[in-house]
Amino acid sequence: MDVMKKVPVREQDPNVRNKNFDEVCLGYNLEEAKAEASRCLNCKNARCIQGCPVSINIPKFIAEVKEGNIAEAYNVISESSALPAVCGRVCPQESQCEGVCVRGIKGESVSIGKLERFVADWARENGITPKGADKKNGKKVAVIGSGPSGLTCAGDLAKLGYDVTIFEALHEAGGVLVYGIPEFRLPKQTVVAAEVENVKKLGVKIETNVVIGRSMTIDQLLNDEGFDAVYIGSGAGLPRFMGIPGENANEVFSANEYLTRSNLMKAFDDEYDTPIARFKKVAVVGGGNVAMDAARTALRLGAEVHVIYRRSLEELPARAEEVHHAKEEGIIFDLLQNPTEILTDDKGNVTGIKVIKMELGEPDESGRRRPIEIPGSEYEMDVDAVIMSLGTSPNPLISSTTKGLEINKRKCIVAEEETGKTSKTAVYAGGDAVTGAATVILAMGAGKAGAKGIHEFLSNN
Amino acid sequence: MYKILKAENIADKIYLMDVEAPRVASHCEPGQFVIVKMDEKGERIPLTICDYDREKGTITIVFQTVGASTEKMAKLKAGDSFQDFVGPLGRPSEMVEEDLEELKKKKIVFVAGGVGTAPVFPQVKWLYAHGIECDVIVGAKNKDLIILEDELRAIAGDNLYITTDDGSYVRKGMGTDVLKDLVNNQGKKYDRCIAIGPLIMMKFVCLLTKELGIPTIVSMNPIMVDGTGMCGACRLQVGDEIKFACVDGPEFDGHLVDFDQAMKRQQTYKTEEGRAMLKLQEGDTHHGGCGNCGND
Ligand SMILES: Cc1cc2nc3c(=O)[nH]c(=O)nc-3n(C[C@H](O)[C@H](O)[C@H](O)COP(=O)(O)OP(=O)(O)OC[C@H]3O[C@@H](n4cnc5c(N)ncnc54)[C@H](O)[C@@H]3O)c2cc1C
Ligand SMILES: Cc1cc2nc3c(=O)[nH]c(=O)nc-3n(C[C@H](O)[C@H](O)[C@H](O)COP(=O)(O)OP(=O)(O)OC[C@H]3O[C@@H](n4cnc5c(N)ncnc54)[C@H](O)[C@@H]3O)c2cc1C
Ligand code: SF4
Ligand code: SF4
Ligand code: FES
Repeated sequence: MDVMKKVPVREQDPNVRNKNFDEVCLGYNLEEAKAEASRCLNCKNARCIQGCPVSINIPKFIAEVKEGNIAEAYNVISESSALPAVCGRVCPQESQCEGVCVRGIKGESVSIGKLERFVADWARENGITPKGADKKNGKKVAVIGSGPSGLTCAGDLAKLGYDVTIFEALHEAGGVLVYGIPEFRLPKQTVVAAEVENVKKLGVKIETNVVIGRSMTIDQLLNDEGFDAVYIGSGAGLPRFMGIPGENANEVFSANEYLTRSNLMKAFDDEYDTPIARFKKVAVVGGGNVAMDAARTALRLGAEVHVIYRRSLEELPARAEEVHHAKEEGIIFDLLQNPTEILTDDKGNVTGIKVIKMELGEPDESGRRRPIEIPGSEYEMDVDAVIMSLGTSPNPLISSTTKGLEINKRKCIVAEEETGKTSKTAVYAGGDAVTGAATVILAMGAGKAGAKGIHEFLSNN
Repeated sequence: MYKILKAENIADKIYLMDVEAPRVASHCEPGQFVIVKMDEKGERIPLTICDYDREKGTITIVFQTVGASTEKMAKLKAGDSFQDFVGPLGRPSEMVEEDLEELKKKKIVFVAGGVGTAPVFPQVKWLYAHGIECDVIVGAKNKDLIILEDELRAIAGDNLYITTDDGSYVRKGMGTDVLKDLVNNQGKKYDRCIAIGPLIMMKFVCLLTKELGIPTIVSMNPIMVDGTGMCGACRLQVGDEIKFACVDGPEFDGHLVDFDQAMKRQQTYKTEEGRAMLKLQEGDTHHGGCGNCGND
């Protein structure tokens, strides 16, 4: 074994998996996990911990894996993270824990994410679940949204003895984990549903089909329903469009719509009633995780897929592993290009997309080099569907129906980072609703902070 | 689970159900809708709230069978349940939030087309309950497709005007013909028209009211998935803005809505084959806008 290299992880063959929805990465077995764990140098001043937004004690859990004490490793992780089976799979490790791992200086970093996933999967398969509170403290907290942020906040509060109810707008709990991230990256039944079940086992009630701001307002939760505090973890679900001609044509979808049909409504499975059209050639516009997920879903439904992104490969914001997998599966990347118009026939059906080539200029505010159109470089590509994946912003449903809740100019709820405290008494918030579209682990971290903030507030009241 | 307390076939291919949904019933207002999902594998189907009983905690829905899901739904009986029933969604009708004194000065006319009578009903009921009279025009293809006549008659009395396309009941002609007649020949003046029905009907009402100078509100029914503003499937061009019907609507200024685009978008999930099938199955009840029938 070459200690400079990660123990390779088993994956489904690209030419097989690009036709099914089963999980791409098969994960480590015990032997492989122990071998990978032995690459960790157990650094005293472990930089990896600082790289993890929830500061998991990485060397400690890895040391337990090395010894084969997986249950113990799980306890170490559980001190900091409520959703390790999810984070091990979807964290952008290369820019977090693994990005700063000492091993990475000369060789490849330790495969922290894959080890975390192994431990979490092992714990689930062996029926180990987190422990709830012995005694209830009689106080009620409402959590809005059952994404990673809401689930984490609810779980932490339940452990402290609070009577917690999550209100979820959709018919299933999990937020982006169920409606956005596809089955082939994050299995819904084995992983997500099991994590939701764990939160329920702590005593948390989940009421689906309740849209706060419509079914009830936050003030009604506090005044009529007897909740002592509210945590808003409603995410950033509002899709953006480009505003180019033809964008309202029939086969132009937001990535959210396309992915929701496929994931939440399981439209890819003919047994389910929700339709999803199968296309021959699809253009996906954008370069984030969402774009990769939409592209790889369309591919699996039989299309040739082009990802159109206006910057270069280096700036692609998606996780490195997803870009790598997408390429292996046969997604075509049309980089440094930008759509200017969507072409349609007289029935409003998409027939093509007009694209202009770009070059990179000076760095902009984000520090990335600004893409500039190359005059006269426009060309047309025949496609029969376009999926817009240009990012999302927080849904105004809650902010517009809650008096006294301050939002910023990006429509995000203003909340203190350490406590989740908002401008409205007894109301806390975190996750994508506060930061705008970010990551699972950051949303979880915010849920933890919110639980702490609410606990402090209610302990002093 | 959300229990169905009553299920009736009230006209050809049109069904009425009372469903137990206390959270929805306690907060809903006229103009809002719900999304129902029959079972694990079902679609999310948006339906307007036709009536509600806050005390009993029930919601009344009225729907027409147009495709696979609504056909399946029509088979449900009293005692069965919906797995999911979410709402109220969308914004209440403008009138609910308006100043009552101002509203009382306004003369309002409703134009309902086919199953669009169902969403008109709670608004008419609300107005009369607040002491405001209004005119109601109900149009349908034929006599068998007139719904809620007795219920509306009990509220609006002589202010209810019924018409059928084929003249099989009361009079021959469309809702637009009645409106034209009331304004041009019977000296009626309206400050506002509220039109709800198939897209093609709302489009023609809007063309007429633009001519007559009557501000018009329409209730849009685009394809929806989540109904919470998350997917954008329901987007519409309204003036120079893109609106999401599920959160910004479903009611909009009819003179600003791009109906032609909306009609095209509604066809997205209808295959050529499916459309032909639809026309065949629906026969006389075919309500237009399927994209295959030349909008008749
Ligand atoms: C397709 C896709 C792929 C992604 N891939 C990755 C990845 O690989 N790695 C990564 O780290 N991150 C990824 N992300 C981002 C990550 O999923 C989000 O940052 C994270 O889920 C945010 O968590 P949250 O709890 O704040 O919100 P969400 O997960 O969005 O959950 C919010 C929940 O609140 C509910 N809700 C909203 N409004 C209301 C209301 N008014 N009443 C009741 N309920 C309401 C919503 O229905 C939803 O269930 C991805 C996102 C998407 C869309
Ligand atoms: C806000 C709103 C309120 C509505 N209120 C009512 C009501 O009170 N009574 C009633 O009978 N109908 C109402 N509709 C329309 C109803 O939702 C559709 O008739 C129904 O979804 C058709 O489903 P289907 O599978 O039986 O038909 P199919 O033709 O098989 O549908 C195929 C697909 O197209 C979509 N679709 C087809 N037609 C429509 C349509 N007109 N609107 C939305 N999606 C459509 C469906 O979601 C489905 O995915 C309303 C729609 C909206 C958006
Ligand atoms: S939670 Fe994410 S960042 Fe933290 S150790 Fe696990 S994979 Fe790394
Ligand atoms: S930085 Fe890398 S090698 Fe060091 S403790 Fe963390 S994972 Fe192990
Ligand atoms: S139905 Fe999804 S945004 Fe309106």
